[in-house]
Amino acid sequence: MTRIIRQAALPWLLGGVGILTLLLFWWAWLGPLDGLGRLGNLFTPQATLASLTELLRRAELYEHIAASLQRVLVGLGLALLLGIPLGLLVGASHYVEWATTPVFQFLRMISPLSWMPIAVMVLGVGNKPIYFLLAFAAVWPILLNTASGVKQLDPRWLQLTRSLSATRRELLFQVILPGIFGNILTGVRLAIGILWIILVPCEMLGVSSGLGYYILDTRDRLAYSELMAMVVLIGFLGFFLDALARIAYRRWAKG
Amino acid sequence: MTSPVLEANNLMLGYADGAGWNPVLEDFSTSLQAGEIVTVLGPSGVGKSSLLRVLGGLQSPQRGDVTLFNQPHKKPHPRVAVAFQDPCLLPWLNLEQNVGFGLNFASQPVHSTAQRKEKVAHALEAVGLTHARRRYPKELSGGMAQRTALARCLAREPSVLLLDEPFGALDEVTRGEMQALLIDIVKARHTAVLLITHDIDEALQLSQRVLLLGGAPATTLNEWSIDLPYPRDDHIEALGLLRIDILKTLRHSSRKVTNDLIKGDLACA
Ligand SMILES: Nc1ncnc2c1ncn2[C@@H]1O[C@H](COP(=O)(O)OP(=O)(O)OP(=O)(O)O)[C@@H](O)[C@H]1O
Ligand SMILES: [Mg+2]
Repeated sequence: MTRIIRQAALPWLLGGVGILTLLLFWWAWLGPLDGLGRLGNLFTPQATLASLTELLRRAELYEHIAASLQRVLVGLGLALLLGIPLGLLVGASHYVEWATTPVFQFLRMISPLSWMPIAVMVLGVGNKPIYFLLAFAAVWPILLNTASGVKQLDPRWLQLTRSLSATRRELLFQVILPGIFGNILTGVRLAIGILWIILVPCEMLGVSSGLGYYILDTRDRLAYSELMAMVVLIGFLGFFLDALARIAYRRWAKG
Repeated sequence: MTSPVLEANNLMLGYADGAGWNPVLEDFSTSLQAGEIVTVLGPSGVGKSSLLRVLGGLQSPQRGDVTLFNQPHKKPHPRVAVAFQDPCLLPWLNLEQNVGFGLNFASQPVHSTAQRKEKVAHALEAVGLTHARRRYPKELSGGMAQRTALARCLAREPSVLLLDEPFGALDEVTRGEMQALLIDIVKARHTAVLLITHDIDEALQLSQRVLLLGGAPATTLNEWSIDLPYPRDDHIEALGLLRIDILKTLRHSSRKVTNDLIKGDLACA
């Protein structure tokens, strides 16, 4: 019994040790920067933690977090709206697949951030270019996972549905979509990871809210301990989002 | 005699096999009346499941045609229910939902939710799975899955029931119960049933006609009519004689196939 508990606790324990090691490196690494004097002190874990607790008490921070999360959600929503239908088409037809694969692989390899100047030129400053860039980044994992899900669908399910004289609509909503739900969830999880990484640089341009904007703001105010606190916070939120997506997937897989 | 519900005329069927051609069925004809149970017997790989798909409108024959209610039958029909060899349950639906799957499709007669529920409950009761109705397919035994698939067909109250080895995974007692259920349903609803099996006893217990498929490509080697009342436990002797006759025909055909194969090999050499 105790052995089972010990085994279950081991990953968590080692994970904690890993985090502590990271903190230790952070702390030790700032030693040689002593020359920076007072400035170096602003980057230490202690200063960061103090700033973080102070930041967490400000209502302003939550507005920035809300703005960022809202953008991620809109970006993800757009990516789903675009990626699922396209993925269904690609998965259902070899011709569509052959015609689109090189295009998609080409577009996918361009960092979405490269589109930033063009997006701002076309869509103006504000949220719109950010939505566009986020959706553009997140659409690929959703599209590709949807397509591979359709290709892996059990042909016997399709035969059964056909034998029941199903319409195309019934086939889509009662067999194909439920049948590829796991693939879509996998796509969403990958998309969230990408979205969160792209989000911060996207918010450094032309908006006055969000975590990316706030990072630049702390820099301009020379509030370096706050900057470090923001970096840590972004990591935490990303970690949390990913955990959420993973739990959702596991809950579904257990079904 | 009334006109048949389902009729197959001179079916020929085969599959592309690499660059060549694998002929499976040759010149198969039969007809199915309302209220009749016909079994198709035949060795593994002879083409029984392929035949069933053609009769279900799921696959086109290379030659010949199928008519349903005297109309050309080229695509699945809502009055025809097919139980495939594999139970083919949808893993995201529980047992009850699997049985009800398809009942609300546009091609089906319009029923209220309450009516559909009742049909599902009824079918579940008939196959004895009411207690497990909330379970998911992965929590079912092979026999339970097979009975669920049968219930899915029964819930639609079809005019024609095409069953591909529907009782293969069941124990003796349950199989007997399901056979009795099938006989009851045919009596009550006048359903036309075509049942595939490789169990001679099952064919003898259930059918008014037995078709024996054999050869390569397969044809109907012989056909027996069994005009005995149900249940047939009191007619063991008559059935025993039939059994021997069927077995003989079967053995003879398989020997012939083997001989043909050997001859073919020699001819090649
Ligand atoms: N989709 C297919 N493509 C190519 N060949 C097929 C296909 N389905 C069946 N066959 C071939 O057709 C022949 C008959 O197959 P079928 O499944 O109809 O046999 P069966 O009588 O149902 O056998 P069993 O009793 O084992 O279920 C076999 O030689 C098989 O290899
Ligand atoms: Mg078969």
